[in-house]
Amino acid sequence: MEIFQIIGLGIVATIIIVILKQTRPEFAVLVSIVTGVIIFTLILPHLAYIIDTISSLSSRVNVDFSYFGTLIKIIGMAYIVEFASQVSRDAGQESIAMKIELGGKVLIMVLAIPILLALLDLIIKILP
Amino acid sequence: MDIDLIFKIAGIGILTSILHTVLQKSGKEEYAYLTTLVGIVIVLGIVVNLVSQLFTDVKVLFRLY
Repeated sequence: MEIFQIIGLGIVATIIIVILKQTRPEFAVLVSIVTGVIIFTLILPHLAYIIDTISSLSSRVNVDFSYFGTLIKIIGMAYIVEFASQVSRDAGQESIAMKIELGGKVLIMVLAIPILLALLDLIIKILP
Repeated sequence: MDIDLIFKIAGIGILTSILHTVLQKSGKEEYAYLTTLVGIVIVLGIVVNLVSQLFTDVKVLFRLY
């Protein structure tokens, strides 16, 4: 099962990082980045399966497909921003983590604005 | 994506730190820092490839073109 692989990997990597932290802290950060990437690559096919199912569902219900695409973009961007900010937070750089998150929030906001406008138009149309 | 990459990087890390202490004790300070730098550059090369692979996967998966 995938989950045992992920858990085993996480624990082994944590132990290795503890070992490396005393002598060479820079390698600890690199090992944590590599572990994050490997765990994400393990769950990649399942994530793709989920996204395909949802997109086929939404196209069947003929919901406007472009909003779903934006939603997926926002989720992907949120994941990457979280990944990067956690890495820099692990390394002890709190301020860099905050900057990364700020940039991520602004870009996600830019993506979300068209949806907001469409919502407002809808509401205006509904109001008498 | 192979799991033993973590052990490879951990091995390089431990090897570099041992080399660093050995060289330091033997009085060759500058070589110690040089070997640490070389170790870090090697591991950084591996990690950069891995992270760029991750970014392309995310870009394809989440249609973030």
